[in-house]
Amino acid sequence: MSVRVRIPTILRSYTDGESEVGASGATLAEVIDDLEARFPGVKGRILDEQGSIRRFVNVYVGNEDVRFQEALQTPTEDGAQVSVIPAVAGG
Amino acid sequence: MSTSIIDTAAAVSPAPRPGAFGNATHLVCRECRATRPLGPHYACADCFGPLETGYDFPAVTRAEIEAGPKNIWRYQPLLPVPADITESRNMEPGFTRLLRADNLARELGLSRLWVKDDSGNPTHSFKDRVVAIALSAARELGMKVFACPSTGNLANAVAAAGARAGVRTVVLIPENLERPKILTTAVYGGTLVAVRGNYDDVNRLASEIAGEEEGWAFVNVNVRPYYAEGSKTLGFEVAEQLGWRLPRQVVVPVASGSQLTKVDKGFTELVRLGLVEESPYTMFGAQATGCSPVARAFKEGHDAVRPVRPDTIAKSLAIGNPADGPYVLDVARRTGGAVEDVTDDEVRDGIELLARTEGVFAETAGGVTVATLKKLIAGGRLDPDAETVVFNTGDGLKTLDAVADRVGPGSTIDPTYAAFASSVLGRPR
Repeated sequence: MSVRVRIPTILRSYTDGESEVGASGATLAEVIDDLEARFPGVKGRILDEQGSIRRFVNVYVGNEDVRFQEALQTPTEDGAQVSVIPAVAGG
Repeated sequence: MSTSIIDTAAAVSPAPRPGAFGNATHLVCRECRATRPLGPHYACADCFGPLETGYDFPAVTRAEIEAGPKNIWRYQPLLPVPADITESRNMEPGFTRLLRADNLARELGLSRLWVKDDSGNPTHSFKDRVVAIALSAARELGMKVFACPSTGNLANAVAAAGARAGVRTVVLIPENLERPKILTTAVYGGTLVAVRGNYDDVNRLASEIAGEEEGWAFVNVNVRPYYAEGSKTLGFEVAEQLGWRLPRQVVVPVASGSQLTKVDKGFTELVRLGLVEESPYTMFGAQATGCSPVARAFKEGHDAVRPVRPDTIAKSLAIGNPADGPYVLDVARRTGGAVEDVTDDEVRDGIELLARTEGVFAETAGGVTVATLKKLIAGGRLDPDAETVVFNTGDGLKTLDAVADRVGPGSTIDPTYAAFASSVLGRPR
């Protein structure tokens, strides 16, 4: 599955400044692995040492927070947009 | 309706002037302690953790503070704002009243209770405090657009502060916000955008815009490390108004959780600077059951907060994915407190109870704290013999719907004495 991934400012040093990149994978976990293959280091910023999404990172597939879905096993359909967004906002 | 197009070509000036942030010296990650220079940064580049402001405090005396203005700028040395902050055009918030609430105390069986009534701020909520700090940061960083996602009170505060400072504002709100909060934002001009979604959707959109638009200061996103410091002034004021001492127990509403953690930080700094004696205090967080992710995590013993989809009349607290939730858990557990939640009916009861006993008309968030106070007492978790401060952070006039079908005239009569005597005094005709 081919998806688009929105990259937050603090990860753009890994993507040559690109704010959106393409990636492939049938699940969010596969998409992140694909990103890591092309932009080494990015996975370690999104996931913690246990391989879970860091607690101050929000990841969305489409408009849905993956914590309301199947977390890293959330399916990523062809053409989906994945957004990685710092969680420290609001209030 | 504003149809103005925003100038997105605004440039950010390269380096802040010396003293732009007062005694603040750097930003530090609350998670991994990595530091970075002061600037429009809010998330740690290493771990995404929240950045907060670090200081090199000078000696500060009570007399110096007491000689300052009757607003938050009396605490300028403890805030990330320049020494000449009082010369800038701002809303001059703070130094709201601390009311001794003997009637409410009696009703609840407490020995001594105070209400910190922050509805007395310029736009009638505590948000004027945090926005004043954010405005200073935006100005010092050369940012041109002043913006926020908001559940309403912040929208009011940003729109008003921007109007007074002559800065362009962009305010994003969920489309289902209470009508009074929409009107009390729109009246100040600026750009007001209603977003189809809940607050968490609006918040996410703001984070994305902040990442794309240079020169935009989203008060609670990219200048949040400064903004959040404004809530320390609630803690400073309570301590000063009690005669320079810390209260034994505090009940604070929890939305993002920032306020509770910053009141705690304020107390800690006062002790560190020798402005108050160190004494134990207990902090309680208050949420509405319809949006209680932090209370749930507290009760289940978790360190992480699982997001929820909010469904409560307490819209100013309706943040389903609270950024500072984990730190609220830390503070509540460290101080021996708790995070509790109350139903919407209890919130309404809380609003009426505070109004009836103390003449303070709180917004729904105030109803949440008063109802939580009551629940904590009933559950034996709050010591009725220890001095307690409960926070009312907003004005009931903004959330009239909460009580609209519960209060009103007791009778409608003809304009005659006979009718009054019969209907009101209960005398037979």
